[in-house]
Parts: sequence; C-alpha cells; structure tokens
Amino acid sequence: MSGQINRLDDGGRIDRSKPLSFRFNGKNYQGFQGDTLASALIANNVKVVARSFKYHRPRGILSAGSEEPNALVQMELGGHTDPNTRAPAVELYDGLIAASQNAWPSVDFDINAVNDWFKRLLPAGFYYKTFMWPPKLWMWYEERIRHAAGMGLCPSEADPDKYETVHAHCDVFVVGAGPAGLAAALVAGRTGARVILADEQGEMGGSLLADTAEIDGKPASEWVTAALTELASMDEVRIMPRTTVSGYYDYNWLTALERVTDHMGPGNGENLPRQRFWKIRARQVTLATGAIERPLVFAENDRPGVMLAGAVRTYINRYGVLPGKEILVFTNNDSGYRTAMDAHRAGARVYVADVRLSPTGALVGEAKTLGIKVYPNTAITGVRGAKGVRGVEVMELTEDGTSVTGAHFSIDCDVVAMSGGWNPTVHLYSQSRGKLVWDDARAIFVPDADTMSPINPSRSAGACAGTFDLPACLAEGLVMGALAAKDAGFGDGTTGVAPTAVSVPEEAIRPMWDVPCQGHKKKFHEFQNDSTSADLELATREGFLSVEHTKRYTTTGMGTDQGKTSNVNGLGIMAREQGIAIPEVGTTTFRPPYTPVTFGAMTGQNRRALFEQVRTTAIHPWHLENGAVFEDVGDWKRPWYFPQAGEDMHAAVQRECKAVRDSVGILDASTLGKIDIQGPDSADLLDMIYTNAWQKLGIGRCRYGVMLNEHGMIFDDGVTTRLGENHFHMTTTTGGAARVMGWLEEWLQTEWPDMRVYCTSVTEQWAVASISGPRARDLLSEITDIDLDAERFPFMAVKEGTLAGVPARIYRISFTGELAFEVNVPACYGLHMWQTLMDHGAKYDICPYGTESMHVLRAEKGFIIVGQDTDGTCTPMDVGMDWIVSKKKDDFIGKRSFARTDTAKPGRKQLVGLLPVDPEFVLPEGAHIVQDLKAAPPMDAIGHVTSSYMSPNMGRSFALALVRDGANRMGETLHIPLMDGTVQRATVTDTVFFDKEGERARG
Amino acid sequence: MFLIKCPYCGERDMTEFGHGGEGHIVRPADPSALSDEEWGDYVFFRKSPKGVHYERWVHTHGCRRWFNAVRDTVTDQFLGFYKSGEQPPEIDGGEQGQ
Repeated sequence: MSGQINRLDDGGRIDRSKPLSFRFNGKNYQGFQGDTLASALIANNVKVVARSFKYHRPRGILSAGSEEPNALVQMELGGHTDPNTRAPAVELYDGLIAASQNAWPSVDFDINAVNDWFKRLLPAGFYYKTFMWPPKLWMWYEERIRHAAGMGLCPSEADPDKYETVHAHCDVFVVGAGPAGLAAALVAGRTGARVILADEQGEMGGSLLADTAEIDGKPASEWVTAALTELASMDEVRIMPRTTVSGYYDYNWLTALERVTDHMGPGNGENLPRQRFWKIRARQVTLATGAIERPLVFAENDRPGVMLAGAVRTYINRYGVLPGKEILVFTNNDSGYRTAMDAHRAGARVYVADVRLSPTGALVGEAKTLGIKVYPNTAITGVRGAKGVRGVEVMELTEDGTSVTGAHFSIDCDVVAMSGGWNPTVHLYSQSRGKLVWDDARAIFVPDADTMSPINPSRSAGACAGTFDLPACLAEGLVMGALAAKDAGFGDGTTGVAPTAVSVPEEAIRPMWDVPCQGHKKKFHEFQNDSTSADLELATREGFLSVEHTKRYTTTGMGTDQGKTSNVNGLGIMAREQGIAIPEVGTTTFRPPYTPVTFGAMTGQNRRALFEQVRTTAIHPWHLENGAVFEDVGDWKRPWYFPQAGEDMHAAVQRECKAVRDSVGILDASTLGKIDIQGPDSADLLDMIYTNAWQKLGIGRCRYGVMLNEHGMIFDDGVTTRLGENHFHMTTTTGGAARVMGWLEEWLQTEWPDMRVYCTSVTEQWAVASISGPRARDLLSEITDIDLDAERFPFMAVKEGTLAGVPARIYRISFTGELAFEVNVPACYGLHMWQTLMDHGAKYDICPYGTESMHVLRAEKGFIIVGQDTDGTCTPMDVGMDWIVSKKKDDFIGKRSFARTDTAKPGRKQLVGLLPVDPEFVLPEGAHIVQDLKAAPPMDAIGHVTSSYMSPNMGRSFALALVRDGANRMGETLHIPLMDGTVQRATVTDTVFFDKEGERARG
Repeated sequence: MFLIKCPYCGERDMTEFGHGGEGHIVRPADPSALSDEEWGDYVFFRKSPKGVHYERWVHTHGCRRWFNAVRDTVTDQFLGFYKSGEQPPEIDGGEQGQ
C-alpha cells in the first residue's frame, strides 16, 4: 500500500487483494480493483489534478460522480486518447494512463496561470468586449484564445476501437439503480413486463453503495445484492450497468451510452465493442436518477481539497479513502453531518461550520454526541493553500445572512467538505418536456407530475422526485414501478410489501446562494468555466436579465458538465441581484446528452464502407478495369472521364468530346431514373405532370418533357416513351429519380386517386449504353436484329429486338446532338452488352466517355441540366423553352403560376449563351456577370455563369448563363469580374453553339 | 423520435416517414378561374396552428403510401391516423382545411 497514504485499512467496496498500477501526469501510482481514477488519486494524496479553464487555477477533485466539473483528464494515448473525461467516472484498470488538461507545461506550473494574477481584468464578457475590433482579427484572436483555454486534445489518428448502435424496446425502462430504481425494477419485473434497468456506474446500488443505512435490518448493500440477484433471474429483465441514459426524446425514445469495455482499458475487450449506443423505445419510463449535491459559493471555494460533502462520504464509505486528516464540513443542511460523522469514525479530526443560526436536528445532535465541534451561524471567508487546502478563515454571519461580522479566526484543515443541499437530477424529466416547480421550503426544483408530456409517459421516484428519506425512496420506487408496469399492461399496480428502513428526520435547509466574506475574493459558482458570483453581479449591472442571456454572457453551465453543480447556485445569485424569486428567473434548458457521448458510438457500425451507401451500375466493373475516374451523382458512382496514359482531365475530356463528334462514343447512362407507367389513364397523368401534350404521342415514339412544380418552376426533365396504348417509360435525371417517383405517387394518391395509373421504378432493372456519333448506326447494325434505317427508325422512336444476343430496347434519342441510340438491356446483361459494343466498336475507334464530356457535348447543343442551368426560379420560358409549353391544354401543374405578376413580368433572368472574348479562357461556373463595371465591389450583378467549358469542336471556350433580360441582350458584351481581381468579357449569344439546325441527330 | 402509426403498416419510427404539411387541401378544379390571390393562397399559404393540426404523412421507407394524421402541435401528441379519402376524426378544437 506504499504511497496510498489516504487509504483506510479496511472498509469500502474495493478489493485490496487486487492492486492496480496506473500512470497520471507521468508518475506511477497504485490503486485497487473497485477504485475510480479519482478515488485512487485521492488515496495517493494527489491534490491538483487539473487547471481551470480561464484563470488556470489549480483544481482538485470536487465530486464522486459524472457531475465532476474540475477533474477532467485526457485518457490514454494515440488513437485511443479521449479528452474531457471525468476522473470520478473512470473505473480504474491496470495500466491506465491519464494526464491533466488545460495545463502547460505542467499542472504544477502553468504559464497561463498569469491569467489568475490579472483576474480582476478578466471579467464576464471579457473576450466579447476586448477582441471585437478589428473584426478581421477575430479569427486570429480566437485561435490564440482557444489554445490558451483548451479543453483537451482531439486524437490525431483514426479511432482504432469498434462501436455498435443497438435498438431495443421495453415495457418499463428504469433509469438509475439506486434504492428507488431497484425497487421500481423489482416490482415491474415481477409482473412479467419487459424491463430495462440502466445505471451509469459499474456497480449498481447508487447512493446505497456509500451509505451506512440498513434495509430490512441488514446493511443496505445486502439488499442491493439480493435485488440484483432476483432481477438477474427474470427472463424479461435486462440489467445494464455502465450505461448512461444520455437523451430523452419524443414518444419515450431514449438514447443510452453503454461503456462495454472502457473499464478494461484499451485493447483488452477482445471482440467486444468499446461502447454501444442504445436507442430504446419504452412504453413507460421510471426515472430514478438521484440527486446531485450543490457546492456552497464562498470565498476561494475552488481550492484543491474543497470537495462536496457527499463525495467525501462516498470516498470514505465506498472506496476506503479518507481524503483528509482534518476535515471541515461547511454546510447549510443536515446532510453534511452524515459526512462529518463518517469522517470522524474513519479517524479524521472533524469540525462543522453551519450557516444555520442554531441547528438542532437529530443528526446535529448525534454529531455533537460524537464530540464533533459545531460552529453555528458561521461562514467560511477565505481558504488558505493554492495547491491544497491548509486551513480556512471563518466569521460569524449576521442574522439575515447577507454579511459577516465580528472577528475572523482560522481553522487548520486539509479538506473542506461543503454541502449546499441536493438538487434532484431532473435533466431527463426536463428533456421529456416535463415542467419543473420550485419547492421554496426545500430550495429545490422538483418535477411537476401534472405537466407530464402526454407523449412521454414517465414517473420520477426517489431523490430525483425530491424524495430523499430512504424508506420513502423505496416505497416510492415500488409505487412508480408498479404503476408503470400496469400502464404498460402488466400487473394490477400493487406493490407488495415494502422493504423497511429507518427514517431520519432532517431539519430545514438555510439557502445561502452566495456566502458573504470581506473584500473581493473569488467565489466560484461555476467551476468548469471559471465563473464567479461577481461575474453574475456584473452581468446584471450591465443589463443581462434573461437567464439564457446571462448564462451565455458569463458562460455559466456552458462547460462539458452543463452546469450540473452550478446552475441552481447561479440562479440563486441572479435572483438576488435582480431582487426577484428564483422561479421568476426561470431555468435554462436541459439538453441531451446528459454526459458527453463519443461520436464513434453514435456512428456505430456505420463507418468506412458502411458510412454511406454507394450505387454502381452493372457496367461498373468495366469502368474500374479501364481506369475511369469517378464522380458522385446522388449515391451513384459515375465515370467522370477515362484518362489515357499521360492525360490530365482536360486532355481526356477534349479527346472524348472530339471522338464522339468525329466517330462514335459510348456512355454508361444506366443511372438515369426510369419509371414504368401503366394504366388506362397514364396519358392523362402525363398531361398534368408535363407542360406538353401526351394524348396523341404515337406508340413507339419518344418525347422530351419538363416537369414543373405549382410555382411554375422547372424541377426535372427527361424523355418519356409510349410503349403501348396504356404503357409509358419515363426517364428522369439521375439525381431526381426518387423525387419524381414520389411526386407522381403523391399526385396519384392524394389528388387523383381515381386515375388508373401504376408507377414502378425500373431504374435498376435496365442497363443503358448511350451510343453517340456519326458511326453509331454502323456499329449497332453489326450486333442487332433491329432495323436501324433512318426512315423506319426515325429520331425520337423506340424499337425492341435483340442486341448482342440479348433482349433489348433501343431508343433513338440524343443528348449530344449526334446520331445517337440509347441501348437498354436487362441489367444482368449490361456488362455483356457493353463489352460487345466495345469489341465491335474497336474498328470505329469507339471512345468511352464520362459525365464531364457528356456535359460539354450537351452544352454545345444548349441542352440544360436541371439544377445546374436552372435553380428553382426558372420557368420553361426563362430557359428558352417556350416551345415545350402547350398552349392548348387547359391545365397542368404549374400553368396557372405563369400568369402571376412576377412570373409574367418582362426582364426575368433568362438562359443565354456566352462566348468569352478571350477564346482560351474558360469562365468559372458561378461567376457573377455585371453590365456596369466598377473599380471595386459592390457592383450590380445581373446574372451568373451556370455552365462553362472548353469546346474542342468549336476550338474555343463557351458558357451558358442566367442573365437578367438575357433574351434581349443578344450581341451585348458583358463583364465577368473574378475573385483574383481580373475581369473577363463575354458576348451574349443564343444557347445553341453547335449544329444549330439539329441535322446531325436526325441523320 | 415520433412513433407514427401508418394505417397500412402499423407503428414505426418517424425516420421512415416524410411530412407532407397541411392536409385536406384540394387542388382547384379550374386554376385559370382563380384570382392571383386565390391561387397564391393555394400554392403558398398553409395553416400553422398552435394546437390541433390535420396533416399529411407518407410512409417513404415503408409502403410509400400517403395518409393523414391529427396532431396537437403543442404537445406533438397524435390524436388520430386515417387513410387518404377517409373522413377525419372529430377533435375538440380541431379546425379542418377545406
């Protein structure tokens, strides 16, 4: 036991036969199985474990739970490293490595501690006030401030651990396994209901693990063991230790983080995941989340060695560690006396300073009987010992408690155990939309059961409901558990016989939110973010009245602990400053997660290949083998271009574009959305969905259409083909396929349910190769039985037959402006089709091309890409497609909006072509276009470049653009000022740059 | 995470559904007969009540069917689910579309 000078010889729930070695800030220590990192550090008398966020003051361990604001450590090294870990929540394991945060170069000597000497100059809002100007420098300031105020380090390498996400359902979800939670789980489990019992600690039992109380005449821990044994025997009960319920969402959907192997240390979990993230849907929830002790806000209350009284008691009773030899308990309520007595029994010299005028309760009397010296009506007015408490100054309080009086005197001590009362842990209840009410007599917020959200049936039991006395906790747990089971359909709501425990009456608390002292000493209500009562006073003086504003201005409760120990004290001080009652100040919003959740756990298995789905076409293997560079289009991987040896993207695209127009190119067009539309009313549907007319389209003929929303704006386009009287094949954009399918279904189901039309997505059923170029017919005729004669198989028609020995549909449609055929075969033949076309195409120098060349070729023809050349504000007329809008149809979706004032007004932005004056210069897409060039911005932009390329077929650059009143600007020269300060000029043209008459596609 | 009862499939998590805004809005039979204001009302204006709301949902990642729900927008409690074309349930304080 060398080094563990604060370890008691016996007692506690640690296993002294199993010593564990660990390393903290580069030094080796020993603890025992059952310790937390915090209890082991206290056992080894390590006082300073961290530096504070703003002033870099030395800080010690405050608490014994996940509410810890001070003792944040960086766990482990390399990819396993984890910042902002709360030392009292870390179960000790052999070989553990941890280090202090916020300290440079070391926790004992921290250069930024100069902030503390100048703390008078660092008031609330200091950063806001000081680093505001000039605005350009804020980024520079911020980087320096963030470094100085750092909150731990991100790992710089990939996380080597595995995580899982898990879904679960249950009838009754009990959160917290203290006396109330265990009682609730037991009674619910006995009904046969599916119960999940979760507790954030490694060992279940909650407060009973640190209590000296008895249940049914035996030590409470024996009752805990019996309860857990019975629960484990129930088939429908799942017991989840090390599981923090992090969020309470609508319809009783709760999230929980299970730390599966964290307590074993990195790499020791074998095949188990490090953590699991649970998503649990519960019919009924029983919250038994306990209570968190409040600090007292007194002068220099952040010294290492100033701890929560309940935590001191926990370290003594549960971990067999006595944090100090001389302990001063500073309290405003009776619970501090429990700590005083247990510390006394453990061998410490104990004093109590009580702010109450004349405490006379049962616990007080018991303490006095043990010989513990009690100072009533007394305040701590200062703490000696920057790196560990050496003593305190105390003074008598005035009767109203707002100031101190008389002479001060010193008490030597090495620990101050403070208690400002206990806050019910209402975070999850609050997240469930339940309201809180202020219990003025007890100075706590408690759940208002009357405001329970109807969608989140839950009940609070035990300390989280404001029930602190042990027998009442047990009874309430039974009642709430039984009612939860009953409401979930199990049992009759009866509780059975309650376990017995002795009730200990407690005298009333004396709330004292800000303990007076003499002079200007720092009194911290918020440890993690270094906020003091003076900061709150300043904020009020400066006019911050709303609790939400004050919180942000002073950063109260904005640390990783979300103010678990600080919020109510902060509210108390705000209320005093504003001269109003605490409930009038209000509370800030409790938000998930209750404690931080690793992103890895939320991501679970969905990493790497599973992170995002990838869709590939039947021809994808060929693209991979032939060096395609891919582009993501929606979820699809589409070949972007096929570079040959030594080619960059530009060279490849120029070669591909030229080959298509000179000979023949082949494009994998399988990703285009394809919808099979059948039924007697199909043409009626198309008439409403598209702007043009469909009734008279002949069987076997194709037609291009644009779809509008009711605003009259284009949202998709494509070619639709009539395969039979009542049978159409619609194509959509690659990215719009699902949207169009949903659009058709929405209208059919909700507006025209009488239409006899059935839509089926067939996107993935067909593999499509687009064969484009002057030799397209020559190539296809070698391998198909379909008659390709230009007269018998005209432009915009479809034929069925076989190609390469497999069934095929060939659509004679063109997105390049060349003679083109889109060959569709069942997807399973896609690769065979492609390979056959490539084999036969070799003699024509067939050129596979990708989406980039497709874009260049279609732009040479002025064909739009919806979403690139349009942006949701474009009518068909705006993009020069007046011809596609039927004048005869009475109605189609969007038609009426054409007559709206704004849609009908002249001078709207219209799609035009642009020819840069410098034919070598490719305008950047998105560049703004101006008419009246000025020396510097701002300038009135009249439009922007939507598509811009170098055309090998024209031997010059060209672009498409949306330009205000563009149709009336033909021949004008406009300016395009660029980011680098240079200006390009371009001439406005129509949108068709190549083969204006469209002869080639019809040939 | 709402729990939504698709009238065709049963209770499912909200992530399977899409929200379709206010329900019971009928597309005008003859849009050309409408004034700009009337047409604008149909295209752009929707109720956003504090309280009972008749609204549309679609089971996107399920049966792909549209249906209707009544939801109290204050509590997010669903007061009923019904198929397209069915009469909405009578709800106190509920004010239906058209």
